Amino acid sequence: MTSSLLFNITTIAYLVSMLVFFIFLASRNKTLGGAGSAFAFGGLVLQTLAIGLRWKESYALGIGHAPLSNLYESVVFFSWTIVLIYVLLDLKYKYRVIGAFVMPFALLGMAWAQLGLDNGIQPLVPALQSNWLLYHVITCFLGYAAFAVACGISIMYLIGGKGDDKGNGRTASAGIAAMFPSSRILDDLNYKAIMIGFPLLTLGIVTGAAWANYAWGTYWSWDPKETWSLIVWFVYAAFLHARITKGWVGKRAAVLSVAGFAATIFCYLGVNLFLSGLHSYGG
Amino acid sequence: MKENTISKSLWDFFSGLKLTMFLLITLAIISIVGTVIPQGSPPPEYLQTISQAKLKLYQALGFFDMYHSWWFILLLAMLTVNLLACSVKRLPYIWKTITRPVTTLDDGLEKTLSNLSAIQTRGDAGTIGDRVAAILKAEFAEPVITETDGGIHLFAQKTPWCRLAVYAVHLSVIIIFIGAIAGSLFGYKGFVNILEGESVQKAISRSEKEIDLGFAVRCEKFSVSHYPNGAPKEFKSILTVLENGRPVAGYDRVPVIVNDPLTYKGITFYQSSYGKVGEYRFTVSDIDGKNGASLAVKSNSMARLPSGGELAVLETTPDISQYVQGLTGPAAKVEFCASNDRKQSFIVYANHPELNLQNARQSGGPLIHYKGGEELMYTGLQVAKDPGVWVVWLGCFLMVVGVYAAFFMSHRRIWVRIENESVTIGGNASKNQGAFQSFFDRLVEKIKAQLSVEEKK
Repeated sequence: MTSSLLFNITTIAYLVSMLVFFIFLASRNKTLGGAGSAFAFGGLVLQTLAIGLRWKESYALGIGHAPLSNLYESVVFFSWTIVLIYVLLDLKYKYRVIGAFVMPFALLGMAWAQLGLDNGIQPLVPALQSNWLLYHVITCFLGYAAFAVACGISIMYLIGGKGDDKGNGRTASAGIAAMFPSSRILDDLNYKAIMIGFPLLTLGIVTGAAWANYAWGTYWSWDPKETWSLIVWFVYAAFLHARITKGWVGKRAAVLSVAGFAATIFCYLGVNLFLSGLHSYGG
Repeated sequence: MKENTISKSLWDFFSGLKLTMFLLITLAIISIVGTVIPQGSPPPEYLQTISQAKLKLYQALGFFDMYHSWWFILLLAMLTVNLLACSVKRLPYIWKTITRPVTTLDDGLEKTLSNLSAIQTRGDAGTIGDRVAAILKAEFAEPVITETDGGIHLFAQKTPWCRLAVYAVHLSVIIIFIGAIAGSLFGYKGFVNILEGESVQKAISRSEKEIDLGFAVRCEKFSVSHYPNGAPKEFKSILTVLENGRPVAGYDRVPVIVNDPLTYKGITFYQSSYGKVGEYRFTVSDIDGKNGASLAVKSNSMARLPSGGELAVLETTPDISQYVQGLTGPAAKVEFCASNDRKQSFIVYANHPELNLQNARQSGGPLIHYKGGEELMYTGLQVAKDPGVWVVWLGCFLMVVGVYAAFFMSHRRIWVRIENESVTIGGNASKNQGAFQSFFDRLVEKIKAQLSVEEKK
């Protein structure tokens, strides 16, 4: 059994989970919601094993390091964190249907990694040879993943937003939005997901600064990656402050959440693909 | 009167959340500029892609150093004022809530509570009060008991200070700013290149000023190791700190690698780059061999020739035979620049004077022979001194703890009023209402059970 095979099975599990969630939306059959979650849970367990196995395989090659060192590994880890945050929310709040809008992100990541990216285990370049790599990457990606979940929930809010912004439940819901929780609950879940993501992003930026200071003597150098992480931080700080003002809940909050995730994705991938800087895994 | 209204509207403007939203979103959007336009001194390749008018505009707006431009600093300063004003506006009220809590449950307060329950029971108010107090102490927190004409009031609360968390986060931003300002006033960032075996006492700052270190650093050795696939594995400098020319105990031959710097007297040296410097020897003469002179040329520099013109070394090899069959010995590819600015490059040899003569004839320059050379590695180190960094870390720590407390901790309060054999229980929480509600319901059930048990006895 190789990690590569396990990653492929994980990808299929996420695909099945997503499709089952879609059928659940169309058919409104409650059993299917449970099945969709079950595939997501199963996929998460498999992917956890696969990441552990890949870690072990790197040691067998004599270049042992945590599988967080290049674009392939980071995309796989991003998918893992997205499903993890979804599963945690599902266990706590039991709104299965959110999976229909979150699993596509995880599937997209896995499919891209498995089909489009080089999955070879490479030795760690000197710049990455530090324990800070682990702390920095884990905190950042858990934060990103929480924002991905918040974005999925916000899209649900915007699609099904028949209820008013003051949070009253919608009247007769139709179409795929029939299975959605009420607008008030979606708004609240969006806030809860960002409440998880924001401290993690803060910690991710702080660990990144600490690492930069330790490795280069500058905790902040306005590198495009750093600046974009700050942009993301500003957007979610605005989101959080928006909840205190009356005019910025509901639809506007959902739009801010989607904008925040767009900035997050640009921070993660766009910076590497379009701009130059210190985070070179974009290749 | 008029001044009053102006200062009031200024105060409202600076302490308002509208300004906060405006600043956060403006900062987010405007920061993008500096990630698209190269910062510092933009490379010539980039400058060629933009028009002269655009260049002028960008320069006028400070786009090439936008994070230090007056308007970006102004936005950060406004954010600071906004943070302070917001805190000053709200803190006294929050402070009063924490330090002088309302300990009695009157009708006015009762109306504002979202969790409320009333129990009818029998018995002496004092005894009931003691029972409820015991339950509160066991299940929640020790209550404060107040007796009024109307009856007995109990008040208990948990983590009231978490209401301060959001102000701690605001304060942490200001602390980070203070640390950053202290760093830029009293610290510096610089760079040194040290040849193997040599020492330096000065670094070059980012603004190209010389910085006296106050001691010397010698590079004993620099090495690069590779993985089997050719990727670099380790860049390592062996450094020695010298005071008055003598190695300092504990700082003698210290290995410095990427991610493992060396700090001495608050100045830290980070492995950053490396390179090779060669010194190459030539003899130069007129084409007939007269007026001969020896000449040393360093890599990356031009040497002036006695007969006019300049010479630079492009690349060298200790043995040309691996590149050209039939030729032997050291060779150097040089660039000869005559006084008329015409550049020509050719190869000069140590063992083939006839070829060198041919070069001289073709170039019209002097006759040049190569005598070999030495190459030395140099290590490139970032040098940094930042006395403000600890202030920044203090701010970061406060921010992380503050954000956690602000989101995940809740100030929970419970009031109980006992009058005329009726027990009224009320409570509220600053956050996570759902969890508090279920806790409150369980507490009420416990109190009910306890009181009815008392009754039956």
